[in-house]
Amino acid sequence: MDALTELLNGFVTAAHPTNLLYAFVGVLLGTAIGVLPGIGPAMAIALLLPLTYSLEPTQAFIMFAGIYYGGMYGGSTTSILLNTPGESASVVTAIEGNKMARKGRAAAALATAAIGSFIAGTIGTLCLALLAPAIVQLAVKMGAPDYFAVMVLAFVAVTTVLGSSKVRGVAALAIGLLIGLIGIDPTSGQQRLTLGLPELADGIDVVVVAVGLFAVGEALWIAAHLRRTPADIITVGAARMSREDWRRSWKPWLRGTAIGFPFGAIPAGGAEIPTFLSYVTEKKLSKHPEEFGHGAIEGVAGPEATNNASAAGGLVPLLTLGIPTTATAAVMLGAFQSYGIQPGPRLLETQPELVWGLVASLFIGNAILLALNLPLAPIWAKLLRIPRPYLYAGILFFASIGAYAANLSTFDLWLLLLLGALGFAMRRFGLPVVPAIIGIILGPVAEEQLRRALQISDGQLSGLYDTWFSKTVYFVILLVLVVPPVVNSVRKRRKPTDRELQPSERAGD
Amino acid sequence: MSTPTMSTVKQGRSELGVALLLLLLGGWAMIDALRLPELETRGPIGPRTVPLAVGLLLVVTAVLLAIDILRGGRGEQEAGEDVDLAHGSDWQTLGMLVAAFVANILLIERLGWPVSGAVLFFGTTYALGSRHLLRNAIISIALSVGSWYLFYLGLGIHLPAGILKGIL
Repeated sequence: MDALTELLNGFVTAAHPTNLLYAFVGVLLGTAIGVLPGIGPAMAIALLLPLTYSLEPTQAFIMFAGIYYGGMYGGSTTSILLNTPGESASVVTAIEGNKMARKGRAAAALATAAIGSFIAGTIGTLCLALLAPAIVQLAVKMGAPDYFAVMVLAFVAVTTVLGSSKVRGVAALAIGLLIGLIGIDPTSGQQRLTLGLPELADGIDVVVVAVGLFAVGEALWIAAHLRRTPADIITVGAARMSREDWRRSWKPWLRGTAIGFPFGAIPAGGAEIPTFLSYVTEKKLSKHPEEFGHGAIEGVAGPEATNNASAAGGLVPLLTLGIPTTATAAVMLGAFQSYGIQPGPRLLETQPELVWGLVASLFIGNAILLALNLPLAPIWAKLLRIPRPYLYAGILFFASIGAYAANLSTFDLWLLLLLGALGFAMRRFGLPVVPAIIGIILGPVAEEQLRRALQISDGQLSGLYDTWFSKTVYFVILLVLVVPPVVNSVRKRRKPTDRELQPSERAGD
Repeated sequence: MSTPTMSTVKQGRSELGVALLLLLLGGWAMIDALRLPELETRGPIGPRTVPLAVGLLLVVTAVLLAIDILRGGRGEQEAGEDVDLAHGSDWQTLGMLVAAFVANILLIERLGWPVSGAVLFFGTTYALGSRHLLRNAIISIALSVGSWYLFYLGLGIHLPAGILKGIL
C-alpha cells in the first residue's frame, strides 16, 4: 500500500521532537480554546498565524491541526458542564450531556465524549490517509471548469444548509465575495475596490479578516450582551465510565463515525447536521428510548464521535482539492496561502512531508488528547470560571497585537475595528459568519478558475459545463437547491407541526 | 426566541439598514467595476465581470432581504455561553470598549505597545465591569510588556517601543 508507506514516512516527520512539541502545544491550546467560551478554533488559528510566520510550514500546520482537533474535544466539555455550548457542533451534545451532568454522571458523559472522539478521530484520520491519494488521482484530472463547479457547490451548500434564513446566508456570502475582491486583480493588474488606498492594494490580510470577523466581532457582541449572573457550572472529578457505560457507548461511537466522516468531507456546513442525525439515529435504535431527554449516554457518545469524524472528513477536501467546508478549514486554507502554498491535488506531490507529517501528527494528537482529557477534566472545568472581563479583554488584546504584527501598520487596526463592527452587525441581524469567511477566502480562487475555464473555451459559456464531472456537480447543486424546499412544502401540507422538530437552526461558527 | 412585539418592530426597522448597506455595497462594487478601463485582457473576461456579478448579487439580496423583513422575517440574533439576549445591546459598554480599542490605535506608534496595549487591556476590563483597578493595572502592564518581549525575542517582530525606547 502506497498510502501506508507514505504515512509511515509521515510518522517519522511527526515524531521529530520539535514537531511532537508543536503537536502537543496545538492540542493543549486547542482544548483550552474549545473549553473557553467565546473563542473557537477558527479564531485561534487566525490569532496564532502571525506568531507562526517564523516557523516552518510543517510545524505550523502540525500545530494548527492540533488546535483543530483539540477545539472539537474542548467544546464537548463546555456543553456537558455548562449546557449552553459555543461551538455549533456541540449543540446536540448538550441535550443529553448536560442532563447526565445534572444527575451526577458528568464523569461518564465526559469520558464517553473523550473516548468516542478518540475512536472517531482515529478512524477518521485513517480514512483520510487512505482516501486522500485516491481522490488526488481523480483530482489531477480535474480541469478549471470542474474546480469552478465544485466551488460553486461549496458556496451554494454553505449558504443554503446553514442558518435559518437563506437570504441572510446569501447576503453573508456576497459580503464575503466583495471583501475577497478588494485589491489588485492578479490577471489584469487593475486595482479593484481599493478606494485609492495603497494599503488595500494587496487586499486585506487573511489574519485581519478572520480576527476581525471572529475575534473582535464576537468580543463586541458578547460584551454588549454579557450575562450578568455567572453561569451554573457543574463540578466534576476525573472522567471515567463503568462497564455498563462502555457497553452502551461503543456502537454509537462507531455509528457516529460512519455518519460524521462523509458529512465532513462534503461542503454541507460542518458538523451541525450530522451530529443531529446521529442523535436521532441513537434515539431510534436505543434500548432505553425513555432515557432520552433525561441524560442518555448514547445521546452523548454518538454525536461526539460524529463531531470528530466530521472534523477529520473536513480535511479531505481541504488537502486534496483546496476547498474548505468549515470556518476553521477556511482559515487554514488562508494560512496555506499566506505561506505561498496552494492546497490542491498537487499538494501531495509537492509537499509530501507536510501532508503526511500533518496526517501522522493527527494520530499522535488524538492520543495526546485522550491522555489530556480523561484525567485532567477537572482542570479544564476550572477554565470555565475565568472572569469574563479578563477573557474578553484578552481576546481584544491578542486580536490587536496579532493584526498589528502581521504588517506593522495601524491601518490594519482600523480595518480590524471596521471588520469587528461588521462581525457585530452580522451577529445582531442573523447573518451567518461562515459563508462570509468562505466567500472571502475561496472567492478569489473561484474567479481565477472561472477565467481560466472561459479562456480555454474561448469565451463560450458552455466551457463551464462541458465535462461530465462539472455536469454532475451542477446537477447536485440543482438538487441541493430544489429538493429541500419541495420536501418542506410537502411535509408542511401533511403535518403542520413538523417544523418544530427541525434541527437547531442556529448559524454555526 | 419569544421576543416581545415592540422590540420585533424596532428590530425590523434597524434590519432594513442591513438591506440598505447591501444595496450600497452592491452599488459601490458595480460603479467601481465600470470605472475600470476595459484593456485588452488575457482571456475573454476581464477584471470587470466578477465585481459586476457580485455587485448584482448584493443588490438582489438587498431587495430580497427587504421583502423578507417587510413580510415579518427577522434575523436570529446569535446566542452563546455568555450571551444574554433578554436585554437589548448595552451601548455604554460597547462605547467604552471601542474607545479603549481606538486609544490603542492612536497611541501604539506614539507611546509604543507597552503603553498602548496596557491601556487597551485596562480599558476593556473596566468597560466589562471589573473594578479591581490595581490588580487590573498590574496585569495590563505585565501582559503588554511581556508580549512586547515575546515578539521581540521570540519571533523577531519589533513592536513599537515608543517612549520606552532604550529602556526595554
